[in-house]
Amino acid sequence: MVSVNNLKTKHFPTWCPGCGNYSIWTALQNAIVEIGLRISDFVLVYGIGCHGNMFNTLNVVNFETLHGRPIPVAEGIKLANNRLQVIVIAGDGDTLGEGTNHLIHAARRNIDITVLMHDNQVYGLTTGQTSPTSAKGFKSRSTPLGVIEEPINPVALAIAGGASFVARSFAGDILELTKVIIAAIKHRGFSFVDILQPCVTFNSHNSYQWYRQNIYKLPKNYKMNNKIVAFKKSLEWEKKIPVGIFYRQLKSTYEEETQQFKDCPLISSSLPASKAVAELLDELI
Amino acid sequence: MVSGLTFSKTISRAGYQIFETNDYPSLIRGGHNVVSVSICDQEIKAAYKPVDLLVALNKETVELHRNELSCHSVIIYDGKDYQLTKGDFIPDIKLCSVPLLSLAKGQGGNILTRNTVALGASMAVLGIDFKLLTSVIDDQFIKKGEAVVKQNISAAKVGFDYVRKNYPKLAFGLINKPAVSPQAVLTGCEAISLGAIAAGMKFFSAYPMTPINGIITYLASVSKKMGFIYKQPEDEIAAINMAIGASFTGVRSMVATSGGGFSLMVEGLGLAGMTETPLVIVMGMRPGPSTGLATWTGQGDLKFILNASQGEFPRLVLAPGDLQEAYNLTIEAFNLADRFQTPVFVLVDKFLCESRRTINEKELTDFPIKIDRGKLINKNSSISFEKNRYRRYELTDDGISPRAIPGLNLPFIANSYEHDEYGFSTEEEQMIKKMVEKRRKKQYGADQLVPQPVVYGNPTAEVTLVGWGSTKGVVQEAIRQLGNKVNYLHLNYLNPFPSAAVGKILSQAKRVIDIEGNSTAQLALLIREKTGFEIKDKILKYNGRPFYPEDIIAEVNSLITI
Repeated sequence: MVSVNNLKTKHFPTWCPGCGNYSIWTALQNAIVEIGLRISDFVLVYGIGCHGNMFNTLNVVNFETLHGRPIPVAEGIKLANNRLQVIVIAGDGDTLGEGTNHLIHAARRNIDITVLMHDNQVYGLTTGQTSPTSAKGFKSRSTPLGVIEEPINPVALAIAGGASFVARSFAGDILELTKVIIAAIKHRGFSFVDILQPCVTFNSHNSYQWYRQNIYKLPKNYKMNNKIVAFKKSLEWEKKIPVGIFYRQLKSTYEEETQQFKDCPLISSSLPASKAVAELLDELI
Repeated sequence: MVSGLTFSKTISRAGYQIFETNDYPSLIRGGHNVVSVSICDQEIKAAYKPVDLLVALNKETVELHRNELSCHSVIIYDGKDYQLTKGDFIPDIKLCSVPLLSLAKGQGGNILTRNTVALGASMAVLGIDFKLLTSVIDDQFIKKGEAVVKQNISAAKVGFDYVRKNYPKLAFGLINKPAVSPQAVLTGCEAISLGAIAAGMKFFSAYPMTPINGIITYLASVSKKMGFIYKQPEDEIAAINMAIGASFTGVRSMVATSGGGFSLMVEGLGLAGMTETPLVIVMGMRPGPSTGLATWTGQGDLKFILNASQGEFPRLVLAPGDLQEAYNLTIEAFNLADRFQTPVFVLVDKFLCESRRTINEKELTDFPIKIDRGKLINKNSSISFEKNRYRRYELTDDGISPRAIPGLNLPFIANSYEHDEYGFSTEEEQMIKKMVEKRRKKQYGADQLVPQPVVYGNPTAEVTLVGWGSTKGVVQEAIRQLGNKVNYLHLNYLNPFPSAAVGKILSQAKRVIDIEGNSTAQLALLIREKTGFEIKDKILKYNGRPFYPEDIIAEVNSLITI
């Protein structure tokens, strides 16, 4: 079992003071400790962006991949060893700019991985260009006249894609975020969390204060197993922004339906017998 | 295409060797589809152009192949469908009119059943025992049920009997001489697939694309039985990243694609190179940039594969020339990938991927399979490393570091950024230099392992042909006829490259001719880069078609008379 102390490395994040990434980082560590994961139980897979800086700071098994590609790498890891918990740490550019295709297909596969999307609605690492989730009219270094496109709605997209767990959470509320991350990791199936993350340097519009004024928690009596209700709820943004678990459904996962995993994960399965090729050749005579 | 396989297997079971090629347009159905089968009573390594028996299902076929007919050809055609006049052909050509469609319908079949009737008629003309055709149909259609088997056999039988009755003197008289040991009929795709299975591949992801669809079809069909995964992903980008994820986790992984798909994979190639993740990439070439010629063949991607991706890292490139090499070098590719923790290509083309050849089972099964997983740390390995300060990218003499996988209670980082020994990102100049050199050392290590290239034919020949990949068999067939005056230097390791050996062989050769399926002589450029030897004479083909022995014989003869 890991503790928050032995999760640390000699590296400290290089995020700007006040960055929403700090609280996501903390909540993730809390979740790992609280679930009781051991180093041998899980892999963290990162994209490229400000969030990706995190891998240098966590003493676990980390794979820092390419911009847009952490999801397919995570799927390969899960398929090779389905006993591992595989958690993707990605940004909005990663997930919805270059990687949208992967998100939708991973969702419809219901492969049992978790995607934590750091959604700061701006490209921070490349110094402030617009992102697929930036608000219409958002002025950035790449859109000095304001964004013309409407933003992608990540929650609606994930629900439509077939994800069996879809949540939105706010980086400014570590306790609530920790709970949501734990629920996402524990969920059996594809889980997606859109984490609203203020960027104090390049996005003055979606600030902590703006979020605190605009978000509200889904009510206690909210039924999270109804896809139509969840989808409708996910469309709320203009007036108030709901946070919490929008949708949760138990259905069989990709791995559960894969017959090759019936006895053991691929990594533990034995090699084909030396006479396998001869037998296969017999069928080709 | 199915009829071609039935034909080839039947001939193979009669004890002959076949080489089957297919030409088809990039259409789902229709267009002019050709399966051509060359038959030989000894080993045959390429297809020949002349047509001795033409089965023409429409008149267009007769016109398109008229110039390929030999002086004693037989044409099987449906005289009720269209007329042929004997006077239109050279005197010895025999016309064999078989009412293919009406015979098919008489057996309850349809227009597709014509193919089966024609198969029966062909076997009668060739003189092949009908029982052999029955046995192949039985094996091929049994999954579709007894009724389908019966219908196909009866359709074949009426075709066979019609020829026997109406053209009793028309027979090539092939003597049935069942093979001493069993002969399989394989495509290059199937040989690569068998190599991957023999190597213990556990994860294969590939997005459909000609010419590697045969690998997908074959591996998908045996994946459950053999206990590995074939995953069809959303695109080639996902394919290579999934395979990298699976390989990082410790299972042998492979992708397959063609040039367009590989273009999408290039960033993934760099990821495998930088994170030092083993990966086997089967690259099946077809001609042209962009969509090009989707269903034809060429060797135009050599320089692309040798140089793809930003930055510098070792990538090894093996280019099998025939079925045995497709099998052996695929196994070797997995070993090299694990040993050097880097991507390894199996570079083939449509001609090798989709052509079929007879192969004696022992030619594959006698190859000793050695599985070398390099410095992989898993529960059974004895690789030494410092457990308390495990460094994924530990600097070592050979540049290769002990490779941990998830699930071992060892924290580590695989990092696409430049990194230090632990995998932490670094921008420190000394460490950057060391890491670049570490990856470079792996190339030097691979260079030491490169096998000596083989020269086929007379060592003191007047002319040395040099080629790579699938031209091997064609040149070998040409040498059979060109005899002692020509030999062939076959290159199937393109990185690492056997520079010293090639330099020596070429500088001692009397006359060198480069032969390859592209317009810029990419191998000749590589040879010049690696050895300084400039090849002046070249036989280049870039019209989408494979080489034929006749082409090479004619070209060599015209070059050496200059």
